[in-house]
Amino acid sequence: MVSFTLNGQPQSFDGDPAMPLLWYLRDVAHMTGTKFGCGMALCGACTVHLDGAAGRSCLTPMSAVAGKRITTIEGLDPNGKHALQEAWRAHGVPQCGYCQAGQIMSAAALLAANKSPSSEQIDNAMSGNICRCGTYPRIKAAIQDVASRKGA
Amino acid sequence: MDTFHVSRREFLQASGGLLLVASVADVFADDPPKYGADGMPHGWVDDPLVFVAIAPDGMVTITCHRAEMGQGVRTGVPLIIADELEADWSKVRVVQAEGDELKYGNQDTDGSRTTRHWFAPLRRCGAAGRQMLEAAAAARWGVPVLDVKAAHHVVTNTKTGKKLGYGELAADAAKQPVPKGAELKLKDPKDFRYIGKGKTPIVDGFDITTGRAKYAQDVVLPGMLYAVVARSPVYGGTVTSYDAADTLKVPGVVKVIEIKQTPVPSAYQPLAGVAIIADNTWAAIQGRKALKVSWNDGPNASYSSDTYRAGLEAAAGKPGKEIRAHGDVEKAMSTAAKTLKADYYVPHLAQAPMEPPAATAQVKDGKCTVWTCAQSPEAARNDVAKRLDMKREDVTVNVTLLGGGFGRKSKADFAVEAALCAKEMDGKPVKVVWTREDDLHHSFYHTVSVEHLEAGIDKDGKPVAWLHRSVAPTLMALFMPDPKVESMIEIGMGLANVPFAVPNVRIENPEAPVHTRVGWYRAVSNIPHAFAVQSFVCECAHAAGKDPKDYLLELLGPPRRIDPRDLNDTWNHGENPTLYLVDTGRIRRVAEVAAKNGNWGGKLPKGHGRGIAAHYSFTTYVAAVVEAAVDAKGNITIPRVDIAIDCGAQVNPERVRAQMEGACIMGLSNAMVSEITYKDGRVTQDNFHQYEVLRMNMMPKAIHVHMIPGDYAQPMGGVGEPGVPPIAPALCNAIFEATGKRIRSLPIRDQLKA
Repeated sequence: MVSFTLNGQPQSFDGDPAMPLLWYLRDVAHMTGTKFGCGMALCGACTVHLDGAAGRSCLTPMSAVAGKRITTIEGLDPNGKHALQEAWRAHGVPQCGYCQAGQIMSAAALLAANKSPSSEQIDNAMSGNICRCGTYPRIKAAIQDVASRKGA
Repeated sequence: MDTFHVSRREFLQASGGLLLVASVADVFADDPPKYGADGMPHGWVDDPLVFVAIAPDGMVTITCHRAEMGQGVRTGVPLIIADELEADWSKVRVVQAEGDELKYGNQDTDGSRTTRHWFAPLRRCGAAGRQMLEAAAAARWGVPVLDVKAAHHVVTNTKTGKKLGYGELAADAAKQPVPKGAELKLKDPKDFRYIGKGKTPIVDGFDITTGRAKYAQDVVLPGMLYAVVARSPVYGGTVTSYDAADTLKVPGVVKVIEIKQTPVPSAYQPLAGVAIIADNTWAAIQGRKALKVSWNDGPNASYSSDTYRAGLEAAAGKPGKEIRAHGDVEKAMSTAAKTLKADYYVPHLAQAPMEPPAATAQVKDGKCTVWTCAQSPEAARNDVAKRLDMKREDVTVNVTLLGGGFGRKSKADFAVEAALCAKEMDGKPVKVVWTREDDLHHSFYHTVSVEHLEAGIDKDGKPVAWLHRSVAPTLMALFMPDPKVESMIEIGMGLANVPFAVPNVRIENPEAPVHTRVGWYRAVSNIPHAFAVQSFVCECAHAAGKDPKDYLLELLGPPRRIDPRDLNDTWNHGENPTLYLVDTGRIRRVAEVAAKNGNWGGKLPKGHGRGIAAHYSFTTYVAAVVEAAVDAKGNITIPRVDIAIDCGAQVNPERVRAQMEGACIMGLSNAMVSEITYKDGRVTQDNFHQYEVLRMNMMPKAIHVHMIPGDYAQPMGGVGEPGVPPIAPALCNAIFEATGKRIRSLPIRDQLKA
């Protein structure tokens, strides 16, 4: 039995402890905001927060989430109005949108740790997240927009 | 990008069953020929009763019948209707149509066609709805319809000032006759509220940014099961035997079934495989690892990219099937002051949409229901019906959002797999999940090609002879046995229809065998053709001692509108050759706009260079100027890209801009890092560590998009694909200026490394 909190709610899981958190979220908890993109922590589509830090749920076994606070895109803001979510919409970032939950979770963890990241720091933090539609310029602009407002 | 339209006869003969019997009459009634939306299976529909529903509270529901994969169609399609309907966009909601072309008209979302084929029918649809609301109000008030006017969700009596909301009129309006033909009153484009403004955010923005948007991978149904499939690693292979004893011991695994191969040519039917059905995806994946299966690899077992490339190069060195010829190239070459030749190589590519393919199916009471990410839900419906031996009427295909498509999801083999699994599970829904490895190993790949170019230039540097041989396996192999030459689609993608003003031209297509599933990948054969032609223009400019931009303009010659048939392009993207001509003036203009904005000729630091390329595809003109910087270690950075697009009038300019930005990034992936290779018939790339795509740290520091204004009275062009082709040659031309090194083989990867 593994116990943890998911978006603020206590949860427990008594299935295969080797099952990655991604598949628990999607197939057991039926929370599909966290996406499957590669299964090897190469694309970032499955990014969630583990105790506030960005992590790839596709390679995080359930055994490793014991006692952890997990936040997914569904729990980032109760009304979907996190500054990054608003900025994403204002900048018209999404195209197909499939990678964007992971992008936003990576960006939120970055800004939580570093309120005014440099251009290079944004690139470093976000280069684990692939967007095949090519929305990178707008992702970066949205992050810089939020960072500049927070800094001000 | 469209097999149906191009060679419909061929297609039907080869793979009958993908089209409906009802459409065969249309397809063969090709006298006079039909073009554009008229020429697509099931054509267009402009009936507002099909697309628009208005509730008593005034909420307008507009059905989007085309697939959303990031191009913005779920916003653009309803926007056109809403504008003509005079609906208030804040009171519009969008629902997604199931696959039903008899009801909605053509739904095959590819070929950069939706807006250019549907702008007119959707305008008529919205206008008819507006006039029906006006007629209902006039009847209610007992006044002539000329005395009422619909505007912004309200119909007003212009004499009395009385008003009725759309919700109050909806029921009566639906009973009014649908105006047609001369009765229809389209808005003057100057009165558009939304079209052309570029101020309407995408309708799914909130759901996407909150994780609520539903893709095919996200379908959840009560009691559902999950499956993955072990597929033949070689195209055309079959299952010899399998042992699922260990698989069935994996906790959660429920059943293992075999999926039989459809003999090649297998169109969009699944590959041979063994499906592992479980109560969650993870268990299915573990079960697949435990499966023992032996394959008969079949005739493609020796397909290897290195030897195949050598074969393509050898073929490119010899004459091939004539595509177009005028003048005497041989003679002109022999008397030219200077000749040059070059071979260009573009490898196989995988679309690799961020959402790997997925489909959920339920087979119950003699009916099959599918939820999937299909670019062409009608094709998916017919493929499922055919394979399950059901009637089309008994199959429903619900369309989710597509987490990227790029051509891969035009071919819904994954939907057929889900249906075959569900059929065995007593009414329980089954979701077939493709992993990334599955996606990269079993795509319908971009072709692989060698393009051989030769030119002769005279003592003034003018081009006098031009030879282009294109050698590439054709996507027609999906539909017919063993074709060896490019189809009219591929030939019409920047091979035959290059409109250079050169007196002696010869274009040839030597044969190439096909050993894998070649499909369409965003921009398709325009990618290798534009890479070779636009790179070679720059090579010729240097040989002639001229500026590459000036030389490109010189080759294009004075502005002319050329009938594509005069260039032996009999396809013309399915469009009417008297409406859609190849306009060298428009190519010149985008080249000049990109050059001017990209500061062409301006000073650059050492190690920097600018390159230009311009290409006509999907009836749209795009040019790119790329500034590249290469450091002492051979690392490439891209300070700036300027893209100019002339696609005619734009419905949602902000999304056109987004498509150009995205096409630039994808074009750079193609140019710099992406490559699918084969060894012993098997794809050698497993995941994104081997099949690389551009990441944020490699993106250009700035992408500037310049849109040429258009006229709503003129034919529109496509947008989703035409941004891709000029990017790779513009980058490689820039690298040449920066380093003196000419890249002729993609991807660039470490070719510049010291």
